[in-house]
Amino acid sequence: MSRIQATFARLKQQQRKALIPFITAGDPSQQITVPLLHALVEAGADVLELGVPFSDPMADGPTIQRASERALKHGMSLRGVLAMVAEFRTQDATTPVVLMGYGNPIEAMGWEVFAKRCAEVGVDGVLTVDFPPEESHDAFEHLQAYGIDPIFLLAPTTEDARVERVAKLARGYVYYVSLKGVTGAGHLDLDAIAQKIPQLRQHINLPIGVGFGIRDAATALAVAKLCDGVVVGSRIVQEIENSTEQNVVANVGKLVRELRLAVDRA
Amino acid sequence: MTYNYPDSTGHFGIFGGIYMAETLIPAVEELSRQYLRFRDDPEFKAEFAYELKHYVGRPSPVYHAKRLSESLGGAQIYLKREDLNHTGAHKINNAIGQALLAKRMGKKRVIAETGAGMHGVATATVAARFGMECIVYMGAEDIQRQAANVFRMKLLGATVVPVESGSRTLKDACNEAIRDWVTNVESTFYIFGTAAGPHPYPMMVRDFQCVIGNEAKVQMPEMIGRQPDAVIACVGGGSNAIGLFYPYIEEKSVQIIGVEAGGHGIASGKHAAPLTANAKVGVLHGNKVYLIQDENGQIIETHSISAGLDYPGVGPEHCLLKDQGRAQYVAINDDEALAAFDALCRFEGIIPALESSHALAHAMKIAPALGKDKVLLVNLSGRGDKDMNTVANLKGITL
Repeated sequence: MSRIQATFARLKQQQRKALIPFITAGDPSQQITVPLLHALVEAGADVLELGVPFSDPMADGPTIQRASERALKHGMSLRGVLAMVAEFRTQDATTPVVLMGYGNPIEAMGWEVFAKRCAEVGVDGVLTVDFPPEESHDAFEHLQAYGIDPIFLLAPTTEDARVERVAKLARGYVYYVSLKGVTGAGHLDLDAIAQKIPQLRQHINLPIGVGFGIRDAATALAVAKLCDGVVVGSRIVQEIENSTEQNVVANVGKLVRELRLAVDRA
Repeated sequence: MTYNYPDSTGHFGIFGGIYMAETLIPAVEELSRQYLRFRDDPEFKAEFAYELKHYVGRPSPVYHAKRLSESLGGAQIYLKREDLNHTGAHKINNAIGQALLAKRMGKKRVIAETGAGMHGVATATVAARFGMECIVYMGAEDIQRQAANVFRMKLLGATVVPVESGSRTLKDACNEAIRDWVTNVESTFYIFGTAAGPHPYPMMVRDFQCVIGNEAKVQMPEMIGRQPDAVIACVGGGSNAIGLFYPYIEEKSVQIIGVEAGGHGIASGKHAAPLTANAKVGVLHGNKVYLIQDENGQIIETHSISAGLDYPGVGPEHCLLKDQGRAQYVAINDDEALAAFDALCRFEGIIPALESSHALAHAMKIAPALGKDKVLLVNLSGRGDKDMNTVANLKGITL
């Protein structure tokens, strides 16, 4: 059983929902990322989404754009992100790590080399925002050959036929983008999510995480009631941006503990 | 074998495709369906032809640049005068086509990215013409370089949004337009300005721009009794170029030459010439193309004197034509483009856009070594009025 499967199986048994925080690797500095990952786990994270910074993050709002720019300025690269996961794994063998980003840095490395490296360092899943299933055949064959789960996005605009297509390729969990917009947007529509999730479940047997627009304990709780996992990205990245090198680990830990408490009330 | 691209999934060989975030995939698929539905619709075609004739002023003439050719002492240079179109560049051909499609799809809001501002002006123009709300994203750096075009867009009723992220140029304007589209996908039509991006844009923009080459194929035999020996156009994303080239692909006697922006020279690394510099294949803005990037797959900032060519990628069909060897791609440096700009002003009384000056510069470079009976057809894709400030600055003059 993969780490992602094991995690969701355990949560199901405990009747809890997953908390899935996102941070950008190398933001605000390369030394802080691994300690931050451990702090996220300690504060109650179930799955970690680690952003691979890209020069042109088209699906991201200003907060994650700035995080990517900060990380790239310090020389963050896909190679560097993989090394961070390796370091994280020396102390944490169980928490799933999903790399999230855009396809081009992986294209530049080569999908087979990338998939092999993922398996070696202990990456569990890969989500490439701009690689839909139609363009991903070779890419995902390589991932699957090395036992890495391709994580797919579904959106409010995704129609049933596409959900079906995505369902065939998806592994681990699927990530439902709760709103039309970029990351960090603020107009969460809970009724629409409540309506869409049961439709998705008709085609998807995997756990469904929901992200985009979750900014505090109240929204985390409301969304957690509707799905299997809550993804929080921009809000955490914002906390990192507003912290100093000295208090960032403590501040992020505090925020994630609050979110954990909220999600566990669902 | 006849040339027939893209395939049904939007691929030009390994290039092209639909590399987009999930939220936008249904939108581009719907756009494909609607475009294929209307492309051959007699009413749509008639309306497009009417607008091109009565609003744009087509056909654009072909002009024999005799004094310029004589000064070079070799091949004859002919110019396809897209600079004489309404709004001053080829961009209007595509903007009208997409606006007509937007109208049929019931979209009341259009967005666009722009570099030099010509596509922004064209989009603002058709939005005014058809009564649509118009938002244009433009890099803050380009807004400085192209102040006159910014004012034109505002006069036409468009909102111009400065983009401060990244290199603050065309690619960043594209990123921001995509972010707008993903947020307003249901109400908004993205009038994309070049023959790149996710399918169906490379095909659709090419089809709308093919009027350039289709006219030239009729005009050249009327003028010289045959087709030219070579067709030459500048390539940023490559829409004016593919518009001229595409109808000539099966005319094997006609050489096809695309001219990229060499900036300070390929060796300097400060250029915008992915094809000439043998850049690696990559994925950006919805399609797989040759892309200027570092070894980690991050997009590198490009440089060109001309904002319209200052882009790290290139349309997928040009990538294929390069690989097939059907077209040749070369680069012209900033200073060579400026010299061609000056030459056309002085010899022919035509002020070309800095973008088009690149194509002209290459024709001027190869003409002297060719016989006087050889004919080079250069796409003069736009006029240079917008470049007055840039050129004045380079000459050390304050206007």
